[in-house]
Amino acid sequence: MAILLIAEHNNKELRPFTLNAATAASHIDSDVHAVIIGQNSADAAKQLSELPVVKKVLSVEGAHYENFTAENFAPVIVKLAENYSHIVCSANTFGKNLMPRIAAHLDTSQVSDIIKVISPDTFLRPIYAGNAFATIKSNDAKKCITIRPTSFDPCESTGGSAPIEKVDASEEFSNTKFIKREEIKSDRPELGTARIVVSGGRGMQSGDNFKLITEIADKLGAAIGASRAAVDAGYISNDHQVGQTGKVVVPDLYIAVGISGAIQHLAGMKESKVIVAINKDGEAPIFSVADYGLEADLFEALPQFMEELNKLNTIQK
Amino acid sequence: MKILVAVKRVIDYNVQIRVKEDGTGVVTDNVKMSTNPPDDNAIEEAVKIKEAGKATEVVAVTVGEEKAQETVRKALAVGADRGIHVKVDGILEPLAVSKILQKIVDKEKPDLVFMGKQAIDDDCNQTGQMLSALLNWPQATFASKIDVKDNKLEVTREIDEGLETIEINVPAIVTCDLRLNEPRYASLPNIMKAKKKPIEEIVASDLGVDVSPRLEQLKVEEPPKRKAGIKVANVAELVQKLKNEAKVI
Repeated sequence: MAILLIAEHNNKELRPFTLNAATAASHIDSDVHAVIIGQNSADAAKQLSELPVVKKVLSVEGAHYENFTAENFAPVIVKLAENYSHIVCSANTFGKNLMPRIAAHLDTSQVSDIIKVISPDTFLRPIYAGNAFATIKSNDAKKCITIRPTSFDPCESTGGSAPIEKVDASEEFSNTKFIKREEIKSDRPELGTARIVVSGGRGMQSGDNFKLITEIADKLGAAIGASRAAVDAGYISNDHQVGQTGKVVVPDLYIAVGISGAIQHLAGMKESKVIVAINKDGEAPIFSVADYGLEADLFEALPQFMEELNKLNTIQK
Repeated sequence: MKILVAVKRVIDYNVQIRVKEDGTGVVTDNVKMSTNPPDDNAIEEAVKIKEAGKATEVVAVTVGEEKAQETVRKALAVGADRGIHVKVDGILEPLAVSKILQKIVDKEKPDLVFMGKQAIDDDCNQTGQMLSALLNWPQATFASKIDVKDNKLEVTREIDEGLETIEINVPAIVTCDLRLNEPRYASLPNIMKAKKKPIEEIVASDLGVDVSPRLEQLKVEEPPKRKAGIKVANVAELVQKLKNEAKVI
């Protein structure tokens, strides 16, 4: 049986992690179908049909799908599920909210946040905030899987031409009503997908001091991150939080400034390719995961860092 | 309004996890255990709603082995009125827990069920959503703000793009984010008082729920270790290394 991928989108276009989820789905079986549920989402459906790994697109339209409410989405997918062996979605807030609702209706034990497909029924997933990896075999007939997007490369986005099939909408769930969404807009790269992340912690001492980080991030074309301590102290808004309860990031370069390296924070960044730690406490746990550690006062080191960057002829973006 | 709050006993968040040498799991013997952190937020919120006069009773429930009862006792010490301990040994998957909780909901008939958005041991993030599916109730997951309005809740949810606000009709499930509130500490007098509050013990097998695992945990291993890094002497050396050695800028 084929794999059913649930596309994440904003009714106009696919959200980027759909491509990572498509890759994960294709590691389970090459016969991947994708379902897109939305309102006036034809452009996003077309985009989905152009992913070469997707063999068929199922499009479901309805006014009650405009805001991606899990209570409305789940019945559609539960109905489609009879033709599929696996249901796959990204383990971001969209998929985390939706997939368990589907799994419970199907009486299936979900496998959350996998980082590797070992075989069609066996998966690798982090537990204890990434402090251990568990190999899990699912014995359910239908498998509900969410995937950690940063652990799978995005699939090719052009060249495919899968047929798009309309599927009937389900009834509206009337006990949940969408009110509003406040999206945080920024010219910077998104934290979850940025090539470079510069993060500040409690050592920044104030929100104003984050401008030292902002300057460097601008210079490097980087996203700005923060530890939970910095967010809780009110230095920066919580959409910047990196860690077990914030975002998990895997950039090429992660620069941790004034961050001690609590277990919760390390869980969100320690898979980064190159890690730099700048901290005046030479015993800070962050140094145990850093490729390059600089024991220094950040208020001296950051201006110097900016100066050194300005001296470089070229900077990769 | 009656609020049922589900709490789970997990390894304390400050403990450095050690993987067992035989690969069957992580070391739990002689390790400090605590209530799952966002479950503390769930209890706190329920107690606050009661203190504001908008709820009449807060019932704390846990599902697990003998010692799991400590988490219920702690909930009682910070303001829950009574407790329920569903006793069951061995590994429980979120699907099984949600089926047990469904039975408790049938019996207790709460208007709201609160719990943490995720347990920090298995990191599944499933139980609340599964319970709301089984009950066909609305779900407000990853809540960072809750306004109680008659028979409705307005809930602000933490989503990847920012914040989302939804309105849900009671009865409903809410899973709580760490940002929802600042859980209080139990005072000594309240800890003493909590010892007198009732905890009902229920044996899971009496509920007629199949809790046998569907998943096999084949192996638990340490994540790949990072190779040891170096300390650089100054900023100039750092930038030079990033440019010429790591080639990332």
